[in-house]
Amino acid sequence: MNQTSKRYLKLVLVVSAVSMLPASAYAHRTWLLPSATVLSGKEQWVTVDAAVSNDLFYFEHNPLQLDNLSVAAPDGSSVAPENMAKGKYRNTFDVKIGQPGTYKIMVLNQGMFANYKLDGQTKRWRGKPEQIKTDIPANATDVKISEVQGRIETFVTSGKPTDSVLKPTGVGLEMVPVTHPNNLIAGEKATFRLLLDGQPAVGQSIEIVPGGIRYRDKLNDMKATTNESGTFSVTWPAPGMYWMNSSVQDNKSKIENATRRAGYTTTIEVLAP
Amino acid sequence: MRLLISTALTTLVAGSAVAGETVIDIDIPRLTVVEYHKPYVAFWLENADGSKVVNLAVWYDTKLKDNEGTKWLKDMRQWWRRTGRELTMPADGLSSPTRPPGPHQLAFDSKSTPLKELLPGNYQLVIEAAREVGGRELLRVPFEWPPKAPVDLEVKGENEIGAVTLKLTP
Repeated sequence: MNQTSKRYLKLVLVVSAVSMLPASAYAHRTWLLPSATVLSGKEQWVTVDAAVSNDLFYFEHNPLQLDNLSVAAPDGSSVAPENMAKGKYRNTFDVKIGQPGTYKIMVLNQGMFANYKLDGQTKRWRGKPEQIKTDIPANATDVKISEVQGRIETFVTSGKPTDSVLKPTGVGLEMVPVTHPNNLIAGEKATFRLLLDGQPAVGQSIEIVPGGIRYRDKLNDMKATTNESGTFSVTWPAPGMYWMNSSVQDNKSKIENATRRAGYTTTIEVLAP
Repeated sequence: MRLLISTALTTLVAGSAVAGETVIDIDIPRLTVVEYHKPYVAFWLENADGSKVVNLAVWYDTKLKDNEGTKWLKDMRQWWRRTGRELTMPADGLSSPTRPPGPHQLAFDSKSTPLKELLPGNYQLVIEAAREVGGRELLRVPFEWPPKAPVDLEVKGENEIGAVTLKLTP
C-alpha cells in the first residue's frame, strides 16, 4: 500500500469514527429512518435508512455505520436485520415485522476516544478501555480521554402498541416513553422521560426538529427541558417525521480521568389526526 | 360537511323504516381516476369523550390470498387507532368485502348486538373511507340514543364518501 492510499485509509477511519459520535450542537445529525412506523396485517417489512446529515431527512453527507445495530422484537427476542447495503450517503437494511407489537431498532455506540500530545504533535486515539494504558504512551501530555455512549433509535409497531422493548437498560442516556412512540398524533401532547444511567435526567435539554428542512426557510425546531422527574412534553404542530436529540457531558465515566458523553437520538412519526 | 337534522316533519320518510331499526344509507361516489380501487370503509359509534367505541362494519379487501388485504387497514387511521389495531380480521359479523360505487345500505336491530350495548347518551356515527392510491375521508354524524322519534340525519362527504343518511327509529 503506497503512502497516499494509506493516508486515505486513515482519513476514512477518522471520518467513520466521527460519524459514530452522538450529535452535539455542532455536529451533523444522525438518524435511522423507517419506511413506516404503524403497520397492519400479519407479516410486514420495513426498510430503514441510516445516515448522518445536516438536513433532515436527506442523504447528503455520510452513511451511519451499522456495526452496532440491533433490533428488539416484542417477544424479547433479537431480530437479525436483512439485506444490509452500504451506500455512499446512506446505509440501509430491512426488518421483518413478523410479530404483533412494538419493535425497537437501535444503534448503540460505546467507545473510548482520546486526544494527546506527543513530541509536540497532536495524536488521536480510539479503542477499548483496557487498551488505554498500553496504547497511549506514558510520556504523552495533555491527555484527554472521553467515553462515548451514543444511542440512536426508532420504533415500529404492527397492530396494537406494546411496551416490552421500551424498558431502559440503565446505561447512558435513554428515553422511556410515557406516551407510546407509535401513538403520536398532530395536535396532541406527548410526554417522554429521559433517564441517565437509569435515573431521571433532570434539567436535560432536548431538541426536536421536524423533517422536510430542505423545503422551508426556518428550522422550526422546538426545545424542551426535562423536569424533576426527567419528563418533558411536546405538542406536535403537524404530522410528519421528527428527530429528537439530547446529549450530556459529565465526569461519570467508569474510566479513570475520562469525561463521559452520552447521547440519545430518535426518529418518530407523528400521524395526521 | 353539511349536517341536516329533520325530525317530526319527516315521518313520511322515516315511517318507511322498521320499528327499532337503525339504518345507514351510504353512497360511494363514482370517481374518474386512472387507477380506481374500491375504498376501505369503517363504520363505528363512539361516545362524546371517545371512551366507548362500538364497531358496526368494516369493508376491506377480503379476497386477497393470505388475508393480505389487512395490510391497508391502517390507512383508515382514525379507526385503526381507536379500535382497529385491537381487532383480528376477518371478524364475523363485522368485516365484509369492499363495495363498488353506488348506494349501499346497512341495517341494525336496536335490540341486538352491537346496538344493544349502547347506554342512553350522546354518540357519533363515524365513517372513515380510505382508497388505495387515492384519498381518505372521515365523516361524523352526532345523534342521541335511544331515539325518541323517527329521525333522519344527513351528512355529505366531499371526496371519498357521498351522501350518508343515518335513520333512527324508536
